[in-house]
Amino acid sequence: MNNILVTNKVTKQFGEYTALDNISLEIPEHSIYGLLGPNGAGKTTLLRIINQITYPDKGEVLFDGELLKPDHIASIGYLPEERGLYKSMKVGEQVLYLAQLKGLSKHEAKKRLKYWFEKFQIGDWWNKKVQELSKGMAQKIQFIVTVLHEPKLLIFDEPFSGFDPINADIIKDEIINLKNKGASIIFSTHRMESVEELCEYIALIHQSEKILDGKLADIKREYKKNIFDVGLEVENGEGLLQELTTKFNLISSNSLRNDTQLNCKVQLPTGDSRELLAFLSNKAIVKQFVETIPSANEIFIRTVQSKDAHE
Amino acid sequence: MRFLFEPYKAKMPMNKLPLIIKREYLAKVRNKSFVIMTILSPILMVGMVVLIAYLAKINDNERHIIGVFNESQYFINDFQSTPSTSYVHFKDLTLEQAKDSIVGIGYYGLLYIPEGDTMEEVAQNAFFYCKDAPNAGVTNNLEEIFQDRLRELKLRDLGVSTEEYASIRENFEIHTSTFKGQQNLKEINLLKIIIGGGFGYLIMMFIIIYGGFVMRSVIEEKTSRIIEVIISSVKPFQLMMGKIIGTSMAGITQFIIWIISATILLFIAFLFFDIDPSSLNKGADLAANMSPGMPNVDQTMQAIAQEIFNIPWLMLITFFIIYFLLGYLIYSSIYAAIGAAVDNETDTQQFIFPIILPLMLAIYVGFFSVFNNPHGPIAVGFSLFPLTSPIVMLMRLPGGIGEGGVPIWELVTSILLLIITFIGIVWLAAKIYRVGILTYGKKPSYKELFKWIKY
Repeated sequence: MNNILVTNKVTKQFGEYTALDNISLEIPEHSIYGLLGPNGAGKTTLLRIINQITYPDKGEVLFDGELLKPDHIASIGYLPEERGLYKSMKVGEQVLYLAQLKGLSKHEAKKRLKYWFEKFQIGDWWNKKVQELSKGMAQKIQFIVTVLHEPKLLIFDEPFSGFDPINADIIKDEIINLKNKGASIIFSTHRMESVEELCEYIALIHQSEKILDGKLADIKREYKKNIFDVGLEVENGEGLLQELTTKFNLISSNSLRNDTQLNCKVQLPTGDSRELLAFLSNKAIVKQFVETIPSANEIFIRTVQSKDAHE
Repeated sequence: MRFLFEPYKAKMPMNKLPLIIKREYLAKVRNKSFVIMTILSPILMVGMVVLIAYLAKINDNERHIIGVFNESQYFINDFQSTPSTSYVHFKDLTLEQAKDSIVGIGYYGLLYIPEGDTMEEVAQNAFFYCKDAPNAGVTNNLEEIFQDRLRELKLRDLGVSTEEYASIRENFEIHTSTFKGQQNLKEINLLKIIIGGGFGYLIMMFIIIYGGFVMRSVIEEKTSRIIEVIISSVKPFQLMMGKIIGTSMAGITQFIIWIISATILLFIAFLFFDIDPSSLNKGADLAANMSPGMPNVDQTMQAIAQEIFNIPWLMLITFFIIYFLLGYLIYSSIYAAIGAAVDNETDTQQFIFPIILPLMLAIYVGFFSVFNNPHGPIAVGFSLFPLTSPIVMLMRLPGGIGEGGVPIWELVTSILLLIITFIGIVWLAAKIYRVGILTYGKKPSYKELFKWIKY
């Protein structure tokens, strides 16, 4: 698969402070790529470099196989975390202006804006001034401006902040929609829960360094500990529990309703669960058998902690 | 990639500057306070002028009646009524009675001239009684009459006759000329000062007003957080220049509207109020009328008109535009950098003072030194120094270029220095601007600004 964007050992310093330290990333085409990290990790600096707002001190950025150049701006849509609009300007004029700055003709921009304004049912905002809009309304306008020129690469920095849950869902659906239409998306956030459902790939940035990247499913597989969550219906819970303890590595257990219902966690040496399942189905009715997959949040915390411990 | 719309080959306009200029221009021109200022200023200005002219007219119409109670044998015929003051002579009364009757009749005041042996003694003891503190014009008139008589008396003692004294009271003015024989009139020099000073002052005002607009506009973009959205589509330098150019075009529009509407309003006002514009410089008229001994008044006026045509307007306006553009660009890019460095307007004070300083210095040096000695070391120095040259050089230029005026090498050096400074300052300002617009939080120190330049 092609990479829409590659950063190669990108380093950026502000005086003494290193904001990015040798960051190398490969962002595949037609995917949603999560750029994760706590506040101040360097995510925004990296996004600014991709948008050619600032330039790296060392390293290079390739867009669609070419070294990043000013022309690429028309192929990138960026929704910054610190975003706003001209307060005293009318909505319509403002979106037209921003669209034209991205290289659309006035005519083309109007046509596309009509589509989006109808889609979001905000046609009557056209002549309003931005200061009359609520924060969520302004965010919708900013989203439209970001995607209007249908760029190959879309960059969303904390796209859901400022949205109520309903509108956040609308925007989430639009992001997935855009991905399905073929856009590549970088999604930067420090809120891990939104990552799980959207991102195929992630990179973790911590204290200016990349500490982890790859396909989310692979990472999870790597970080899982072969722990299985088991729910059983048994006649003699006590006896089964003792057998389990001798044969397998039992991590935790608790029984309910007079010993007839048993929940436990078992860790296996490999991901092969056949032996355990065979043993269990022989002795009890298996109500639940799930491998525990770590959440992005857990992975993040574990990686950061282990990294801090190494230092 | 399947697009929603037909594939549109986005034309990347190489130059987004016109778009930015247009937005900045419209944003400024449509701004409510800008519109109000544009409409109100000429009305206020014309209103002031009309008010002054009107008051002057009313004042002229007021006639002071002054009682003269003369007990001496001097100054008998000196207090003769004039259009503005009437003198009523009182006789055979006591001073108290005279005072009472003045108050009773409601005259303006009473001049009491006591008895005395000499004219000097009499003049020394003369007294003017008035209801309130007397009008300066009235006392001046009285004093002049006394002074004139005293001077005449003393000169007579020295053997100068009254006729002879009258003949030396004629107004005198020296005629000057350059070595090339060009007639120079004193009025012309005054005119040149007005023109040069006017141009210099205009530049300073424009820089302070519209530089401030540029700065506030940058701060607004920072606080509304639109800056990062814009800056992902255009280069910071383009945005900065677009802002400066758009704002100054709005400024020029405002100036043109001011000049046109003020002229029209003034014309209407004078027609409506029936005010003779010349009443504003009555003093000059009076001086001209009072000296019939000066035969060449018409000639002088003609020569002035001639000289106005002779002033190298084309050269002046050309250099005005050059110095105006370069000076304005230098200062407004500094203003833009300041706006980018801070988060709100209150933080700008510390940075603005050092910019206004050279401007003020230029104006003061211009008025106090350059006009007196247009080719002295101070005038030359300040007209070469790039931060003051746009103002100071324009004050020197009405004197012409080359022989008798500004030497060509000075002019060329001054413009070259200005261009070099322009490039340097805009480059520095753009660097500060580029970092500043994306930096929020505390107000940076000069040290930090210096660091930003190196990023």
